[in-house]
Amino acid sequence: MAGYFELFWSFFKIGSFTLGGGFAMIPLMEKELVQQKRWLSKEEFLDLLSISQAMPGVFAVNMATSIGYRLRGKTGAVMSVLGNILVPILTILVLAMFFRYFRDNAVVESIFKGIRPCVVALIAAPVFTMAKNAGLSWRNCWIPLVAAALIWLLGVSPVLIIIIAGIGGFVYGRIKDKKEAAA
Amino acid sequence: MIFWKLFYTFCKIGIFNFGGGYAMIALIQNEVVEKQAWMTTQEFTDIMAVSQMTPGPIGINVATYAGYTAVVNAGYDPWLGVAGAFLASFSVILLPFILMLLLAHYLLKHKENKDLKNVFSSLRITVLGLIAAAALLLATPDNFGSWSQSPLQFCLSIAIFLIVFLLSLKKKISPILLILMSGVVGFMVYGI
Repeated sequence: MAGYFELFWSFFKIGSFTLGGGFAMIPLMEKELVQQKRWLSKEEFLDLLSISQAMPGVFAVNMATSIGYRLRGKTGAVMSVLGNILVPILTILVLAMFFRYFRDNAVVESIFKGIRPCVVALIAAPVFTMAKNAGLSWRNCWIPLVAAALIWLLGVSPVLIIIIAGIGGFVYGRIKDKKEAAA
Repeated sequence: MIFWKLFYTFCKIGIFNFGGGYAMIALIQNEVVEKQAWMTTQEFTDIMAVSQMTPGPIGINVATYAGYTAVVNAGYDPWLGVAGAFLASFSVILLPFILMLLLAHYLLKHKENKDLKNVFSSLRITVLGLIAAAALLLATPDNFGSWSQSPLQFCLSIAIFLIVFLLSLKKKISPILLILMSGVVGFMVYGI
C-alpha cells in the first residue's frame, strides 16, 4: 500500500528529473509505479493514461491526479500532484526572477535572437509529428486548416474552436449512426 | 484586479486544454498576449524557450512564468509576482483536477462509449490546427527580425527555423539541445 509521503516522493522524483514536458514522464512513471513499486498493473496504468490524455488540463498533472486518487483517494491525488509540480514551479520562478534582470543584457539578447526562431519551429513541428496519432486524413484535414485560419487570420478564440469541435464530433457521430441504422 | 483576472484566465486555459502542452501554448498565447496584453510576443517566446529547458510539464512551466511576468509587468512588486506565479499554476490545475476526481471512475467504466469517442477524436484533430495557429502567430518580426531592418537577422532566423523544423521532424533530437545550439549561433553572430 502506498503511503501519502511515498506517493509524494515518487511523483517528486518523476517531476523533478524529466526534461521535455509531460509525455516524457510516461516511461519514468511506468518504471517507478508499475515495475518498481508495483502499485498498479500494466493494464491499470494504460487505462489511467488514456483517460488522462482525454481529459482537459495538463497531461502530467492529470496522470498524477488519477494515479494518486486510484491509490489513496483525494489526499493521495493532492500529494501526487504537489510532488509532481513542486520543483518545476520553483525552478521556473527562480529563472523568471533572474531573467528580468538580464533580459536587456546585450549577450543575453543576442542568444535569444538565435533561440526565438528555434522555439517557433519547435512549436510548428508537433503539428506534423502528432498528425498520424490524431488520425488526420485527406477527408478531415480541412478541420485543422479551418481552425488554424480562424485563429490566425480572424483572431477567433481557441476556446470557441474547442467547444465547436467537441459539439461537432458528437453531432457527426450521431448522424453517422442514424445513417448506418437506416442503411 | 489582476489576480482575479489571472485566476479566471488560467482556469479557462486549464479546462479548455485538450491535447497536451503544445496545444496549451495556443490558448495561453491567445489569452495572455492577444486579449490581456500582459506581455509581448517576444517575451512570450522567451518564456517558451525557458519552459522547455527546465524540468516539468510545459503547461505548468508556462503558467508559472506567465503568472509572474503578468503581475510584474503590471507594475507590482516582484514578491507579488511570486504570488501570481503560484496562482496561475494553481488555477490551470484546479478545474481539471476536480473534473478528474468526479469523472475518472465514470470514464473508466464507459471508455467504449461512442459519443465520447467521437468527441475526443474530433478534438484530437482540431488541436493540430490550434498548434499550427500558435506557431503562425509567433512567426512575427519580433521573433524573426525584418528584411527591411536587418536582412542578416531575417535570413538567419529563417535558416534556424527551417533547420530546427526539419531536424525535429526527421530525427528525434532533444528540443533542449536544439535550443542550446540556436543560442550559441545567436551569440556567435550577434553577440561578438
